[in-house]
Amino acid sequence: MNKNTNKMNRRNFLRNTGFVAAGSLFVPAFMKPLEAMALDELSLYKNLVVVQLSGGNDGLNTVIPFGNDIYYQKRNSIAIKPEEVIKLNDMQGLNPNMAALQEIYDQGWMTIINDVGYPNPDRSHFRSMDIWQTGSDSNQFLSTGWIGRYLDSNCQTCKFPYTAIEVDDSLSLAMKGQTKKGIALKDPAALFRNTNDPFFKAMLQNDKEHLDEDNLGYLYKTMIETSSSATYIQNTSKVYQSKFTYPTSGFANQLKTVSKFISSGLKTRVYYVSLSGFDTHVNQIGQQGNLLKQYSEGMAAFLKDLKSNNKLEDTLVITFSEFGRRVEQNASNGTDHGTANNMFVFGGRLKKQGIFNAAPNLSDLDTGDLKYQLDFRQVYGTILDKWLDVNNADILNKKFNTLDFI
Amino acid sequence: MNTKDNFLKVKHLYNRAGFGISYTDLEKLSRKRLDKVVDSLLKDSQKDDPISLVNDFESRRQLLVQAGLYAKKDLTDEEKKMRQQIIREQNDVSRDLNIAFITKMINTDAPLREKMTLFWHGHFACRSNNPFFAQQLNNIQRANALGSFKTLLVEVSKSPAMLQYLNNQQNKKGKPNENFARELMELFTLGRGNYSEQDIKESARSFTGWMYDKDGSFIFRKNLHDPGTKTFFGKIGNFEGENIIDIILEKPETAHFIAGKVYKFFVNDSPNEAHIKELATHFYNSKYDIASMMKKMFTSDWFYSPENVGTKIKSPAEFLVGLSREFYVTYNKPQVLIQLQSSLGQYLFNPPNVAGWPGGQSWIDSSSLMLRMRIPSLVLNDGEIDFSGKADPEDEAVIALSRTATTNANANSKPKSYVNANADWPKFLSTLPKGLTPLELTEFLLQPKLNTKITTMVGDNKGLRSTAVEITSMPEYQLC
Repeated sequence: MNKNTNKMNRRNFLRNTGFVAAGSLFVPAFMKPLEAMALDELSLYKNLVVVQLSGGNDGLNTVIPFGNDIYYQKRNSIAIKPEEVIKLNDMQGLNPNMAALQEIYDQGWMTIINDVGYPNPDRSHFRSMDIWQTGSDSNQFLSTGWIGRYLDSNCQTCKFPYTAIEVDDSLSLAMKGQTKKGIALKDPAALFRNTNDPFFKAMLQNDKEHLDEDNLGYLYKTMIETSSSATYIQNTSKVYQSKFTYPTSGFANQLKTVSKFISSGLKTRVYYVSLSGFDTHVNQIGQQGNLLKQYSEGMAAFLKDLKSNNKLEDTLVITFSEFGRRVEQNASNGTDHGTANNMFVFGGRLKKQGIFNAAPNLSDLDTGDLKYQLDFRQVYGTILDKWLDVNNADILNKKFNTLDFI
Repeated sequence: MNTKDNFLKVKHLYNRAGFGISYTDLEKLSRKRLDKVVDSLLKDSQKDDPISLVNDFESRRQLLVQAGLYAKKDLTDEEKKMRQQIIREQNDVSRDLNIAFITKMINTDAPLREKMTLFWHGHFACRSNNPFFAQQLNNIQRANALGSFKTLLVEVSKSPAMLQYLNNQQNKKGKPNENFARELMELFTLGRGNYSEQDIKESARSFTGWMYDKDGSFIFRKNLHDPGTKTFFGKIGNFEGENIIDIILEKPETAHFIAGKVYKFFVNDSPNEAHIKELATHFYNSKYDIASMMKKMFTSDWFYSPENVGTKIKSPAEFLVGLSREFYVTYNKPQVLIQLQSSLGQYLFNPPNVAGWPGGQSWIDSSSLMLRMRIPSLVLNDGEIDFSGKADPEDEAVIALSRTATTNANANSKPKSYVNANADWPKFLSTLPKGLTPLELTEFLLQPKLNTKITTMVGDNKGLRSTAVEITSMPEYQLC
C-alpha cells in the first residue's frame, strides 16, 4: 500500500475517533457508513461462535457408537452402557451427561459431523491445537490463525477492531492475523474502565506524531482501537439484560457474555470461547462427565436464550477439540491421545440437521486410531464461504470443498 | 569522542545485547571507546554458568523407574500412584526450571551469554515434559551460546529433549521418521526452499539410530541405523548424522539463515539484506564462530543508526527481565513470573511449536498491550492481578490427577493471584546521579526519542519514583 495514503488514513482515523469526546454515547465516525445502511441489511449480520474443548475430548464417549460391539470390546471398563445412552439413531447416541442437548437436537438446531481430522495427525496437544487454530497442514508452521486471516482479508463486514472477540483474558492464536487481531475480554465494563484510566487517556491525547512510525505506530494504533472498541462494546451492550437463567459455571458465563453481545446487536462477527480439562488419561468417566454436563447445560441455555431473542437464525456455533482419543482405553480407566474426532454445529438455519455423515468405522483403524472422513478445513471452508462470505482459498491458502450442513 | 553520543550508543548496545543497564554502569562505560565496550561485554560473558536445579543422578533414577512402569502392562495401585507422583514432581520441577531461567536472566553478570541463550532457546525451540531433559538442552544452548555453531548444532541434535520432541526415537532403519531431518533443515539451518524432499528422506535415513537410552543418555544404536548409501545434496556416501550436519554447514545458505535470524532478533524486524549478507559472510568465513559474528554486528555503524534504535518491540521475556533488573525486583511468589509470561504470550520452555515464537508485532494485541502497561505499577507498586491466562492441557491434566472423580471442580475458575513483588527503590535511586531530573530519568529509561507529549507529561513531575512507574507504563517502554 502507498505509505502516504496509509499515513493519511491513520491521521484521519485518529481525528475522527475523537477521544476527547469519550464518555458520552458517542458513535465513532468510522461507523457512519454502517449507520447509513438500511436496517434490514444490518439484521443480516451473521455471527459465528467457536467453542474450543481443550485437552482432546474423547469423541467416542461423547457421541457413543452403542450399535457397534467393537466399542464395548475395546472399552470394557469405561464404555457407556446402551441403556444409558441418549439414542439418536440405531448406531449413535449422546453421553447421558448431555441430556440438556436432547431438546436442542430434537428441535433441529444441532448437527454432528463424525471423524473430522487431517492427514498425518499430530498427537501433541500443543502442536495439534496449533494446527486446528492456524488451519495449517501438519508439517507447516503458520504464525497467524484462521480467524485472524479472515480479519486480514478486510472484507466488507470484518473491518472493525471488534470484529472478533474472545471471551477470555488473552487472545488465542486462531484470532491473530498479520495486520489485524481480535480482542480478548472477559468483562466489557472492566476493559472500559481500564481504557478510561486517566493515564491511558493522557497517553492517547493529541498523539499524532507517532502514528507514522512502524512499531510505535502499531502500539498506538492498538491502543486507539482497544479504547474505541471498549467504548463501543460497553455502550452497546450495557443496557441489555438477559432474562434467561444460565447454569453457574465459568463456561456458561462466557456464553452468557456472548449472548449479551449478540442480543444487544454488537457488530462483531466471530466469538471465541473455550472449556478445558479434557485430557482424560485417568478415571475418565467422572471427569469427562462433569465437563460434558457443563458444556451441554451451558450450550442449551445459550441456544434457547438466542432463540428467545430471535438471534438463533443469525448464529452458527461450532465445537471442536484438538484431537479425539484412542479407540482402545488404557489401563487407568482413561484414554490416550488419538486422532479424528466429531465436531458439533448448532444454529437455527442448519441445512442438514442431526447426524451429518457415517459413524466412525471401528474395524478400519490406523494403528488403533480413527481415520478421518473430513478435513477440518472443509468445515472451516464451508463456514468462510457460506457464512462469513469470503472465499475460503484466500484464508486457508488453498481451496477446500464445502459441505452442505449450512 | 562525544560522551553524550557514546552514552546513547552504550545504552542501545546493552538494551539489545543484554537486558538493559544501570545508570552507574552506563556512565562508567560511556567514557570508554565503543569497541572497548563491546570487548568487555564479550569478556563478561566468557564464563559458562549452567543451571543446576535438576539433579542429574536423581533424574536418571527416576527415568529408569518410569521406563520400568511404562513397560508393564497391568499396574498395581501402588505403581499407578508412583507414576502419578513422578508426573506431578516433574511438573513442579518444570515450573521451578522456568523460574530458574528467568531469574538467571534477571541476575546475571554475563548478560550477552544469557541473551544469546534466550535467542537459541527460541531458535532451537523445544518442549519437554521432563525437566531434566529441558535443563540439559538449556545448558547446551548456554554453554555454546557464543561458541561454535557446529558444536551447538550437534549437541542440540543429540539431546534427549530434541530427539524426543522431533521423534528421532522413532526414526529407525526401514521405518524412517522424517520429522527431525525436516526441521533440522527448514528451521535450524538452511531455511525453507533450500533443500528438496529427497534431501529430507536421505538425511532422515542418516539419522536413524540417533536415540537416547533408558536413563537419558545419547546412544547411537547401530542395529537400528540404516548403513546404506545415501545421496544428499548431490553427494553420495554411507552418511551418518554428523556427515549430514557437515554438508549442511558447507552451504552458505546456512550462515545466511542464521545471520538473518540474529539480525531480526538483535537489530530490526525488517531485514536489511546488505547488512545480513555482511554478517553471513563473516560468520561463514569464521567457520561459524558465533562470538565473532556478534562482535562484527555490535561494532558495525549500522547497528547504531537511528532506524535501529528504540524501534524493536521487546519480547515478553525482555520486558519482564529488563523491568525486574532495572529496579532490583524480588518476587516473593516467583510463580507469578510464569503467569505473566503465559499471559504475555511467551511461556519459556513452552514455545508454540518448533518454529519458536514469531516475535515482532505478533507480541502485541489489545489484551497483551493493556497488560504490559499495567505490569509496572503492579510489580513496582505491588498490586493485585486478576489475569488468569490460557489453560495449559498438561497443567489441567495434573489438576485432574489430583482431583477425585466426584468433585465438581470448575476447570475455568482460577484463584486471583497477587504479584507480591518488591522493587528495591533505595538501591535503584542510589544508582542515579545526584540532582537527576525526571526528564533525564525519562531519557535514560526510554529507548525511543522523546516527543513533546512525554516531555510535557514528565515536566510536571516531582518525584523520580513516580516518574519511573509512569515511564515504564508507557507504550514507548515496550520498545528497545
